[in-house]
Amino acid sequence: MNLIDLTIHEMQQQLADGTTTAVALTEAFLKRIHATDEQLNAFITVCDEEALAAAREADAQRAAGNVLPLTGIPVALKDIFVTEGIRTTCASKIFGDFISPYDGTAVRKLKEQGAVIVGKLNMDEFAMGSSNENSAFGPVRNPWNSDCVPGGSSGGSAACVAARQAAASLGTDTGGSIRQPASHCGVVGLKPTYGRVSRYGVIAYASSLDQVGPLTRDVRDCAIMLGAVAGYDAADSTSVDTQVPDYLANLEQGVAGRKIGLPKEYFIDGLDDDVKQAVDDAVAKYRELGAEIVEVSLPHTKYAVACYYVVATAEASSNLARYDGVRYGERVDEGKGLIDMYSQTRAAGFGDEVKRRIMLGTYVLSSGYYDAYYLKAQRVRALIRQDFIDAFEQVDCILTPVASTAAFGLGEKTSDPLQMYLSDIFTLSANLAGICGLSLPCGLSDNKLPIGVQLLGKPFGEAELLQTAYAYEQASDWQGQLPTL
Amino acid sequence: MKITRAEVEKVARLSRLALGDDELDALTGQLDAILGHVEQLNELDTDGIVPMAHAVPLENAFRADEVKPSLGSEKALQNAPNPVDGCFGVPKVIE
Repeated sequence: MNLIDLTIHEMQQQLADGTTTAVALTEAFLKRIHATDEQLNAFITVCDEEALAAAREADAQRAAGNVLPLTGIPVALKDIFVTEGIRTTCASKIFGDFISPYDGTAVRKLKEQGAVIVGKLNMDEFAMGSSNENSAFGPVRNPWNSDCVPGGSSGGSAACVAARQAAASLGTDTGGSIRQPASHCGVVGLKPTYGRVSRYGVIAYASSLDQVGPLTRDVRDCAIMLGAVAGYDAADSTSVDTQVPDYLANLEQGVAGRKIGLPKEYFIDGLDDDVKQAVDDAVAKYRELGAEIVEVSLPHTKYAVACYYVVATAEASSNLARYDGVRYGERVDEGKGLIDMYSQTRAAGFGDEVKRRIMLGTYVLSSGYYDAYYLKAQRVRALIRQDFIDAFEQVDCILTPVASTAAFGLGEKTSDPLQMYLSDIFTLSANLAGICGLSLPCGLSDNKLPIGVQLLGKPFGEAELLQTAYAYEQASDWQGQLPTL
Repeated sequence: MKITRAEVEKVARLSRLALGDDELDALTGQLDAILGHVEQLNELDTDGIVPMAHAVPLENAFRADEVKPSLGSEKALQNAPNPVDGCFGVPKVIE
């Protein structure tokens, strides 16, 4: 078997029994990146030298008997995570050649666990987008079909795992940005509960919604990666000080007797037939495995897109005010004073979608519109959260489609921002409510593109969510389906 | 119309974005469509609902007031477009 085809847990085994080394794994992935990335454009920065140095160190540590879960495992990072000594761009021109003076917490934890970082991944600029077409470094292409988008905003994070350019990756999810690309690329993607993983050193988009999570080849790898990055961090006052369970301990527990809810509002007209069929098949499989399937209602679902695009853009307009050409990045100064310098720098540095969201966010926060839009959306957000609290009194987990279609074509939705926003309808609510959610491969479309099923869990219920996902994965044919890239 | 071209210009000024006429025209139509969609929130009676700013209940996170090493000016300035005498240089603000 080719080294790049191994899962993390298989690599751990081979590293332990001496069949392979961190250097051999890292060389294999770097070779794969250089062979495939001209086509995919999943990476913004590839760190050959740093990765090989880290791999040699990992092998030395192993030889000395110091073995941690990720010792020698090659992983890649969405370019939203700041990394000491390696350029961070957030897929925006506004950062110029920014090099962070420190590592963010999730990156530090991965390094402390012995992981080898092979590079920084392409994404929608500032994580704003659903197709990875909003990148200053060009679009990422779907490894299953290069005419299709990989999804977004963590498009590079999903494509690189599907294309076996890294064993796993980290992404961020503000409205579906891990789960939707995971679905479109046929990998496992987890958005943990808000507060589960530190956001320190993650470039902020919408701070009350952003969350860090892994994209992996299978569910066991997902549990390993979550365990590596989860936990309270004094540097992020919104991270929650609650114990990190051993996500591997009861992974094989099964779903017998578990109650899985199907929200009637998610099974609507407009769902593609092959998506509906794949999700129905997943439900049937869960029934076979002994789960009890229950219809539930999330009555405010139809308001999620409107609510999200007010809350998220309001927070974004505030967060992105810091990019002013003063402390880092490309400054545009025509000698007409400070305000002009800000305005020219920002106009030149931000792409169209980022400008659109800053404008929308500024508008809904502006005097005279604040109550009508921003406060109204925050009240609706409370209703959406209450829907989930009520549903989780009846069921352990909620099952839905991730997206209404498989991956769409490049350029297909770029002319109509609202239509692009509406494609996030099934994933946004989890961020608004702050709960955890996971996307899991559950089929292929008629056009041989992956389809994902979404499992939503209670706050801090990641262990149960992973168990539920694992049970299906082991019983289905979709584990290990790979693009013929 | 939810938003006029004049309002879009004002928002661009507030946003510190020097946008061209083409961009302002395109944004007027796009923001109008998006705000039109957002209008459906008004179907919901939200009287008495407490606005939700965060997904988890948060309290102020206090820490002990201890002196600790910080980044240091050399590292803080390493990406500065115009460092001047250990400071961030900016265009003149006061005449």
